[in-house]
Amino acid sequence: MSTDGEVEMTLEDVSAGVPQSQTVGSAQVASPFVQAHGVNVSYGDIHAIKNVTLEISRNEVIALIGPSGCGKSTFLRCLNRMNDTIESARVTGKILIDDQDIYARNMDVVSLRARVGMVFQKPNPFPKSIYDNVAYGPRIHGLADNRAELDDIVHVSLERVGLLAEVKDRLHETGTGLSGGQQQRLCIARTIAVSPEVILMDEPCSALDPIATARIEDLIDELCENFAIVIVTHSMQQAARVSQRTAYFNLGELIEVDETDRIFTNPQHRLTEDYITGRSG
Amino acid sequence: MATTKQQEIRTKLQARLRVRYARERRFRAYGLAAVLFGLVFLAVFFVSIVSKGASAFRQSMLSVPVIVDASLVDPIADGTRASLQDGDYDGVIRNALVALFPDATSRRARRELMALVSSEGSFMLRDRVVADPSLLGEVLNLNIPTSANVDMLMKGRIDRSLPELQRVVSDRQLAWIDQLVADDRLSTSFSRAFFANGDSADAELAGIRSAVMGSFFMLLVMIAIAFPVGLAAAIYLEEFAPRNRWTDLIEVNINNLAAVPSIVYGLLGLAVFINWVGLPRSAPLVGGFVLALLTLPVIIITSRAAIKSVPPSIREAALGVGASRIQTVFQHVLPLALPGILTGTIIGMARALGESAPLLMIGMVAFIVDVPGSFVEPATALPVQVYLWADSPERAFVERTSAAIIVLLGFLLFMNLLAVILRRRFERKW
Repeated sequence: MSTDGEVEMTLEDVSAGVPQSQTVGSAQVASPFVQAHGVNVSYGDIHAIKNVTLEISRNEVIALIGPSGCGKSTFLRCLNRMNDTIESARVTGKILIDDQDIYARNMDVVSLRARVGMVFQKPNPFPKSIYDNVAYGPRIHGLADNRAELDDIVHVSLERVGLLAEVKDRLHETGTGLSGGQQQRLCIARTIAVSPEVILMDEPCSALDPIATARIEDLIDELCENFAIVIVTHSMQQAARVSQRTAYFNLGELIEVDETDRIFTNPQHRLTEDYITGRSG
Repeated sequence: MATTKQQEIRTKLQARLRVRYARERRFRAYGLAAVLFGLVFLAVFFVSIVSKGASAFRQSMLSVPVIVDASLVDPIADGTRASLQDGDYDGVIRNALVALFPDATSRRARRELMALVSSEGSFMLRDRVVADPSLLGEVLNLNIPTSANVDMLMKGRIDRSLPELQRVVSDRQLAWIDQLVADDRLSTSFSRAFFANGDSADAELAGIRSAVMGSFFMLLVMIAIAFPVGLAAAIYLEEFAPRNRWTDLIEVNINNLAAVPSIVYGLLGLAVFINWVGLPRSAPLVGGFVLALLTLPVIIITSRAAIKSVPPSIREAALGVGASRIQTVFQHVLPLALPGILTGTIIGMARALGESAPLLMIGMVAFIVDVPGSFVEPATALPVQVYLWADSPERAFVERTSAAIIVLLGFLLFMNLLAVILRRRFERKW
């Protein structure tokens, strides 16, 4: 009983206006690749993200954690402007990727999404062949000059996600016939086939069994050599396993961001501690 | 304490369970009854239509030897085309019939004798003689369609037991017909005329060709207009249009248009396409326009539903790898929505093809003898032909009405079948 009361108090405190953008920890990094400064997102009257400032460097995996509806997915979707598809969404603030303002007027969304790939919660391969799934991105962006190059891209991408050995005899069968974990790896292969610089992952393992999850986590470890990876997850163990840094969101605010080890062993903010120890969220 | 309480609950639950199962059984019985009710009516409908109409696909013919008498056929006696065309071919056929029944001597008797065969007989003979003048003086064995009344009698649709005055076939004619049957001169065979001819005032010559062609041309116009326009509107409204007061208004209007009585579309077609644009009356082109307008709302609504049912994850996947919105729509959403769109379109068009009210307004209810060969020639349509024939008092037109309905149903059945096949073909699993 007493714990519940405490949580309610805490939530009230926050909405009653603890000073905003008081992110604890280190939101800045030495050589930032992605820089979000004072980002606000609202859907109509709902203020989903409040003044979030966060920097992400190359070759790191950063995990976004927090209770449901805290805005971590919304923040993720700002980074490749997937929020554009939601009509009521309004984004303010500045987001730079490689020193380029992605919300600038002259920014082309299509080329942005080629540079910032995304993997979704539910595996969503196209109802086409495995080959066509992976080849789709390179095809529309004209990355391959001929069939051999395209074959090469497809093979390399499937190889990197460890799927090639499993599917090389049935590349032309439909991708939706694969198991859930294979489908998700196929989606990752599809994403990396266009060689993005950042990969956004929105709870990529929430629909998968533990073995498939472990497979994806290993994959994330390997991929971070070449890509900056931003992963939203509900599993704190997963955040601890795969990420170098972790950011904790609550009610649209970025409460704390720091080295993953420090977040999980020695959180600075009371809300972070409550969430991690399971007293809220 | 606890056990008695549980016992009590269990008995209550049992009693309640019985009620629940009874209710379920009752509901299933209602459903089954409803389905049976519908099936019975469908069966009655089909049986009555087919039993009335199937005989229209056959026509009785009289085979009779004819002497092509030069004095009748070649009035100017020079064997020229002009002369042959003016010949008295009725006289030739009358002589041939009188030769079979020499007892028909009075004018009245001869008139009754001539009433056995269709007026088509003398035209058939004329065409043959004009095409080949060497037939002059020869004896030909002619196969003449019988008149509608004889045809009806042969098909058993005229009651012989009625008193002569209430019968369209006189006693004398009955005797002749029986004689002809006994001589094996009367036979029924497949009626090409029904499929090859346009409408006619003579029931035995009336065919559905002009109606079928009219419906077919209208179908082409509908496909060419309603499908692309409807699809484009659906894609725009579903994928690109902003959600605001204007699009809401448009949506409400489209839904309302789908419910507007079809005759209103006919009036619109009359006012706009015929009076204002000046397109010809009775033309399949105008009919197609009107029916296209009529189906547009249906196509838009069903296409939007089909597009909406494509899971958003597919759109996200495509956008996520950097497809533009157009690419997303045309490469991913449309292929998945296509089965639904095609089904909706075809069923909408099939519905429109069965419409007669709007066509009455634009003059497609006219009596069209010539088979139309283009979009602007006067034509009628199958449902209108049904309406026209249903209006005719002759017994033979009753049969033809049902036959036209059979053809129309066949048309619609074919289209619905096509919708099913296309749906099966394009459906993809995920």
